[in-house]
Amino acid sequence: MMSKLRFPLSLPVLTLTASLTALPLQADTLRIAIMGEPASLDPHKISGTWENDVVGDLFEGLITEAADGERIPGVAESWEISEDGTVYTFQLRQDARWSDGEPVTAEDFVFAFRRILTPATAADYAYLLYPVQNAEAIYTGEAEPETLGIEALDDHTLQITLERSTPYFLDQLSHYTAYPVPRHVVEEHGDRWSRPGSMVSNGPFKLQRWQSQTRIEAIRNEHFHDADNVALDQVIYFPIEERNTALNRFRAGEIDVAREFPTQQYRWLRDNLPDATHTAPFLGIYYYVLNSREGHPTADPRVRKALSLAVRREVITEQILGTGEEPAYSFVPPGVSHYEPAMVPFVDMSQEERLERARELMSEAGYGPDNPLQLRLRYNTSEDHRQVAIAIGAMWEPLGVEVDLFNSEIAVHYADLRQGDFDVGRAGWIGDYNDAQNFLSLLESGVANNYGAYSNEEFDALMREAAETQDLDRRGEIMAEAERLALEDSATLPIFYYVSRNLVNPALQGWENNIEDIHRSRWVSFEE
Amino acid sequence: MTTEHTATHPGAGDLPAGESLGRDAWRRLKQNRAAMVSLVLLILIAIACVVGPWLTPWGLNEVNWNAFRAPPSLADGHLAGTDANGRDLLTRTLYGGQISLSVALVATLVSLVIGVLYGAIAGYLGGRVDNLMMRFVDIMYSLPFMFLVILLMVVFGRNILLIYAAIGAVEWLDMSRIVRGQTLALKRREFVEAARALGVRSRTIVMRHLIPNTLGPVVVYVTLTVPKVILLESFLSFLGLGVQEPMTSWGVLISEGVDMMQGAPWMLLVPSTFLAVTLLCLNFLGDGLRDALDPRTR
Amino acid sequence: MLLYVFKRLLQAIPTLLIVITLSFFLMHLAPGGPFDGERQLPAEIEANLRAAYHLDQPVWRQYLIYLGNLLQGDFGPSFRYKDFTVTELIAQGFPVSLELGLWAIALAIALGLPLGIVAALHRNSSVDYLVMGTALAGVAIPNFVIAPILALVFGVLLAWLPVGGWNDGHWRNMVLPVVALSIQQVAYIARMTRASMIEVLGTHYIRTARAKGLSEREVIWRHALRPALLPVVSYLGPAIAGIITGSVVIEQIFGIPGIGRYFVQAALNRDYTLVMGTVVFYGILIVLLNLIVDVLYSALDPQIRYDD
Repeated sequence: MMSKLRFPLSLPVLTLTASLTALPLQADTLRIAIMGEPASLDPHKISGTWENDVVGDLFEGLITEAADGERIPGVAESWEISEDGTVYTFQLRQDARWSDGEPVTAEDFVFAFRRILTPATAADYAYLLYPVQNAEAIYTGEAEPETLGIEALDDHTLQITLERSTPYFLDQLSHYTAYPVPRHVVEEHGDRWSRPGSMVSNGPFKLQRWQSQTRIEAIRNEHFHDADNVALDQVIYFPIEERNTALNRFRAGEIDVAREFPTQQYRWLRDNLPDATHTAPFLGIYYYVLNSREGHPTADPRVRKALSLAVRREVITEQILGTGEEPAYSFVPPGVSHYEPAMVPFVDMSQEERLERARELMSEAGYGPDNPLQLRLRYNTSEDHRQVAIAIGAMWEPLGVEVDLFNSEIAVHYADLRQGDFDVGRAGWIGDYNDAQNFLSLLESGVANNYGAYSNEEFDALMREAAETQDLDRRGEIMAEAERLALEDSATLPIFYYVSRNLVNPALQGWENNIEDIHRSRWVSFEE
Repeated sequence: MTTEHTATHPGAGDLPAGESLGRDAWRRLKQNRAAMVSLVLLILIAIACVVGPWLTPWGLNEVNWNAFRAPPSLADGHLAGTDANGRDLLTRTLYGGQISLSVALVATLVSLVIGVLYGAIAGYLGGRVDNLMMRFVDIMYSLPFMFLVILLMVVFGRNILLIYAAIGAVEWLDMSRIVRGQTLALKRREFVEAARALGVRSRTIVMRHLIPNTLGPVVVYVTLTVPKVILLESFLSFLGLGVQEPMTSWGVLISEGVDMMQGAPWMLLVPSTFLAVTLLCLNFLGDGLRDALDPRTR
Repeated sequence: MLLYVFKRLLQAIPTLLIVITLSFFLMHLAPGGPFDGERQLPAEIEANLRAAYHLDQPVWRQYLIYLGNLLQGDFGPSFRYKDFTVTELIAQGFPVSLELGLWAIALAIALGLPLGIVAALHRNSSVDYLVMGTALAGVAIPNFVIAPILALVFGVLLAWLPVGGWNDGHWRNMVLPVVALSIQQVAYIARMTRASMIEVLGTHYIRTARAKGLSEREVIWRHALRPALLPVVSYLGPAIAGIITGSVVIEQIFGIPGIGRYFVQAALNRDYTLVMGTVVFYGILIVLLNLIVDVLYSALDPQIRYDD
């Protein structure tokens, strides 16, 4: 009998002896905890910030990011922009090479741009390239990929033609949707080209190994044009969803950079690991969507305004979160280039005045102690979202608002927002690129991510006008005017501007906080 | 080796009415000190959870804007401190106890009734019926339970009773397995065969002879099921499928507290203590009950 | 016996078919879809994606397509992890979960059985209380509390062992997760063993064996242990299946790339193919484990025969 029981026991013994050897750690190895498992390493098939962390080290676009996030030339050495701002001509570096030694040519960019827009690729982020001529028509299947406004004039000269002048287009070219892909490899391996073994990239590092859900290893790419200035030999990315685990592993010295840490631990970290704890303003807004659809109490601008007035943003940023978030009184975060955000009209009122005004508005709208307003507030499951929702619910109590909190996992949450099945819903937006349009377009009529279905013709007209305007500062003023309209209307309820939260080994040099929270490993080195 | 216990088995027919069986068990239970202490503690916790929230100076969802993550203090009435939202932790723990205890009780009861009956019938009838019934259990086991619950929650809204039902409907599987295993072993024993030979109806054999004899492992299993249910409930809440704010449960409070382990240890300690004491008591009580109910020690 | 095993395996086919069918339709009824994320995709892009994964077809057509692929051993591509097929993901995740789970079960048995037997032999003494009290602490504290505490104490503060990661199954990375995973099982097994041991010791044939003058050791090893293990064995089937798939919390906290983590991630992401893949795989696993348990059962208890 006992011998029969031994059968299942003997198995692990065998597997253990087979795996006793650990991997030797190279001296200059950077170990980064990224916030999730990448969906893919094909730049055309990703959409998360954690994927950007990895893919951005493997590839380089025409334009790339410096340590402080500034845009600097990447594969492109120089460029010319036509008078009307619609034709860009890039000179590519002669020494740009793929990690297999093949040269990076203009043809690789043409191939990549066409590929990401081909409907069959089903790239979920392709719409970022819509400024390029014919891109939208191609993506919706109305035109052939060959008609895209991109052309290789010769091996090292690339011309891109836009639908219309797009002031932020150069910035966008550093985004992973605009990375080149190696035509010779993709054509050989098809969709599986981005796996270890077959993947070839043109960035400072190249993929060596990918063990799903546990680690991705990249080593330096000797063919990279600036390889001499890359200090690290190896980068290992650990996908860790649990922020507390990332913190513990950082404390134990198992990782050098954690791309996020739990807000709840901030005080402790600030006291105990001040040199390692980095927080910095981040290009993102945390807001509540107010449902403007017919039949919801929040369709009444007075109710929306009252709700916004009653939220004590300072309490949320200081007491609830306390990680250095700034209270938000505008929809576009500060620090966006060529843009001075508008502010909500009540920004200078005291809390008492705000509450007084909110009460008046509520009774004008027909709500009061006899007729309390019932609201359904949806948020997606997360400790931070929960705490903010509870606090805001309590802040609305003095207005006689009764809040029903609903939390659900992320897929259900956003599906419900889309279907308009809510009164108030949590949302957040991280800028895809450093431009106000990327935020304000969320409030244009009929736009996909306009969850509250806010619609204001005047706002739409201003946004159209801004899109036609060449002068960047003038354009910014027009958009600020649009934002002012939306804020007066309380189209949404901005709560706070995000901060980026990183834990960084103090021995690392060259790691700089920046507003987009983009950190490429090529700039980083360990102290000698 | 199996010829010794023929005639004198208590199930074989000489037992008086059920009432005295209960009284007999109670007498045995009273002799077990650990079990009695546990029973008293459990009753105290249950009373505290029901009555306590009225006695604390703070409400379930009442925010003290001056005390976020405040440590326990007598001065402002937060005997167990406050949570990250400035709400009184003791009040919330007591309310949470109401949810956790009722979820555990109802779900365990559901699993107990279904599991014992199902397992005993399958084991007793044996053969093709047994096979069919156990295949059904296999199917239930292989179901993506989480989807079933998600689905239920969406179709019927966020009704706590549904969590009870869903958890109970899953937990009976283990129970039925164990009872079936016991029954399979028991039914070949002579006292059952004797009863059958005497023409006792199957229903009576199952209810009077088989089930009482499986009670030992079953009671033990019940005391194992209660903590499992409490944890399962917290797991569901964690995924956003359990109790919704402002309601809470011990599992939810503990999972909140784990994140605050270093900054605000009371947020972990207070609900964990309630949970741990409850579970330990349930276990000791379970042992006591097992001893008291075991017909063979009589 | 062989015939019995063969028959059971044949019966597994309809079982699995029901599992597949039920979970497939349940899953497609669940709210939210694989493309519902933080950012809504433009309608035409979502249409492209849906077409690429056949989601634009009626559900019954999708079901038939899926079933057809499954028959050819093709679990399909993962909706979310686009560089891997579901088969590859399971092939990567399962050995990890299996290794972790078997070690945990082994540790739980190695500790739980003797503890339970000792407690039963010294029933109601201080030894009993001490042993069971310690074991019970394992059920009294949720493992999502124990795991971070273990990581904090042994990983961060004492720095004896790694806090997380798998490191290709290096033993140092396995210690904490295995312990965290087995603590609860130790308690379960110790209690089941103690309970059934006490029960067996109370039976007449043990009394008779003692009356015959057999030594205590002989009574326990030759007569009591075997029947006492029955409930424990019947518990092991579901326990192993549960430990392998249900170690989500542990896998999450220690960052271990096991199958349990995939399942929950996939369910939350509505990664239909990966969920189906893990469910089907899980189904097969359970059928096999149950079969093994039943075979073990009959080996332990000669009174049960599978001739009918």
